[in-house]
Amino acid sequence: MASDVSEIEVEIKNADGLHMRPAMQFVDVATCFESEITVTNGETTVDAKSIMQMTMLAATCGTRLTVIARGPDSCDAVEKLRVLVEEKMFDEPGEESREKGIGKRE
Amino acid sequence: MEIKKGIAVSPGIAISKPFIIDSKDYRIPRRSIAPTQVDEQIKRIDDAFSAAEEELTSFGREQEMVEESIRDIFAVHLSFLRDESFKKQVITFIKDDLVTAEYAVSTILREAAAKLAAVEDSYISERAADIYDIEKRLLTQLLGKITRDVDQLSEEVVIIAHDLTPTQTASLNRTFVKGFATDSGGRTSHTAIVARCLAIPAVVALEDITSTITSESTVIIDGNRGVVIIDPDEDALVQYERYARDFNRLEIKLKALSDKPAITRDGVEIELLGNIEFPGEAHLAVENGAGGIGLYRSEFLYLYSGSEPTEEDHYEAYSETVRNFKDQPIVIRTMDLGGDKLPHVKRSEAEGNPVLGLKSIRYCLQNLTLFKTQLRAILRASVLGDVRIMFPMITNLQELRQAKMILRDVMEDLDEYAVPYNASIPIGAMIETPSAALMASLLAKDCDFFSVGTNDLIQYTLAVDRANERVSSLYSVADPAVLRLLRGVIHDAHKAKIALSVCGEVAGDPEYIMLLLGMGVRSLSLAPPMIPEIKQIIRSVTIEECNQLARKIATMDSQRQIKNYVRDAAIKILPEAF
Repeated sequence: MASDVSEIEVEIKNADGLHMRPAMQFVDVATCFESEITVTNGETTVDAKSIMQMTMLAATCGTRLTVIARGPDSCDAVEKLRVLVEEKMFDEPGEESREKGIGKRE
Repeated sequence: MEIKKGIAVSPGIAISKPFIIDSKDYRIPRRSIAPTQVDEQIKRIDDAFSAAEEELTSFGREQEMVEESIRDIFAVHLSFLRDESFKKQVITFIKDDLVTAEYAVSTILREAAAKLAAVEDSYISERAADIYDIEKRLLTQLLGKITRDVDQLSEEVVIIAHDLTPTQTASLNRTFVKGFATDSGGRTSHTAIVARCLAIPAVVALEDITSTITSESTVIIDGNRGVVIIDPDEDALVQYERYARDFNRLEIKLKALSDKPAITRDGVEIELLGNIEFPGEAHLAVENGAGGIGLYRSEFLYLYSGSEPTEEDHYEAYSETVRNFKDQPIVIRTMDLGGDKLPHVKRSEAEGNPVLGLKSIRYCLQNLTLFKTQLRAILRASVLGDVRIMFPMITNLQELRQAKMILRDVMEDLDEYAVPYNASIPIGAMIETPSAALMASLLAKDCDFFSVGTNDLIQYTLAVDRANERVSSLYSVADPAVLRLLRGVIHDAHKAKIALSVCGEVAGDPEYIMLLLGMGVRSLSLAPPMIPEIKQIIRSVTIEECNQLARKIATMDSQRQIKNYVRDAAIKILPEAF
């Protein structure tokens, strides 16, 4: 089992942070994997497959989170989640463009 | 055993299991359950989650084209509903703390929302609103099921609620509902009016009855004394079973009076009319021996349908009622609401003081289409019987004249289409503001009758909101100022030789009947279930006794003194009613 643990640190880069929709995307990706996945911000550790818990992290832009996956597909899981958070940035604009309208839901 | 004191708004005694209706708009009270009920609560959680999920997915399918932002919100809600760890958290809470499904859902989500709201980043903290949305969605499922269950009751219950909305009372299964007890409300609140019309006991303004009670409790509602007892002990139960029997015996005795005339021992006939709200209550008035309808509230037409009532809606309601009464009078009061109460009107600017705001006749005079629709329907119904029309909340002569002018406009419209109506339909003014009472001699020249609405007259004269328990003790018809106004109005009506009827609560209050008769009132309009009792009092007194009492009262200077005096006099006449 120990060899099946993967760990990675990611930084929230989209301007609006890990609000509901990004949290949902994160959960959707995490749920695709068999591995048990947790996310921690140093103080709180939550289940990456629970939107309720992910939302409670209240991670804002710039927050660094540690993603830990345990299971046969752990490697793939942390990589896919990193891509979502850091490269795709949840399909939202980054910090420089934090202005009204863009990327917001209302 | 716990005894709670509220305001008695409808007489009678009910001993039964509670049926609790919570509202998603108020905090869900903590309500304990027995360990044996845990499984049932978990099942309710499962059902609520899947029903909410079903609702969202089907809605999503229907609205292929909905905006992306709305789709996102739905997707997030769905994600919460499918979050097994969240559901497990709710279920664990139910199991560990033995609480209801509603309380568990509400508490967990509200805690989460509070945590989010405390985050400094404003975009994240505003997401607390999304959590509240999810709470509402789940509570709607949990409570909606309960609300639907009210229609399908199969055993006798008393309804316990924060307050009852017109929609809720309209769908109640009347066979099984034996009483009401609510946290809020007053004698003139909707719950109170419905309870009196259904002739079931009700106590309101109990403040926290919804959180004190559990579904396993036994409840006694004492609508005579304004008391609710939760889980009575053996003694209390025995005592109340006796009270209930006594009360029923009195009811039966009084019912026997329904076809006897309301005539004093010295031969003066008093007109007793019914106050009703729904056409369906007309039969209650007939059964109780009403000689017509002295106050037909038309508000339900506006409150119960999502859209503004059409002329046909009005006409149907009025004609159905008129048919019950042949040639007896039916006084229809035009719309007596503020714009804020009309469900189909867009929320305009909130009024700081709606009781003194744009309501009733004021609202009608500014919204002529709505007003004329109702007037046309009343006029059309006027050929079916003795229909009369009454304008509420008149505060000056101009308002009365304007209202009459609009009525004439509507008559001309009907003439054009050759629609028949009673051209000399009697027109009345409701006297319920101090200004109207003071100007009664002038108003009397411009109308055919007065109807004195004591509830509002007391409120406006004494500047007291009786739903506010910190000042409600000041609210009484026995206040010398109110009685002085009343005396003046009666005098002015007699002098102008126009009819006068009292249609406020006081007309159905056994303690004040002698005083009203002594002050010269000869017509009363009251909740139909109270008619037999009031008739019994009328048949037991002479006008001379009443006159003496009124003369004595006129010399008194305090509310308390007057209250005690009329009460003592009434007890002598009909001891079993007190």
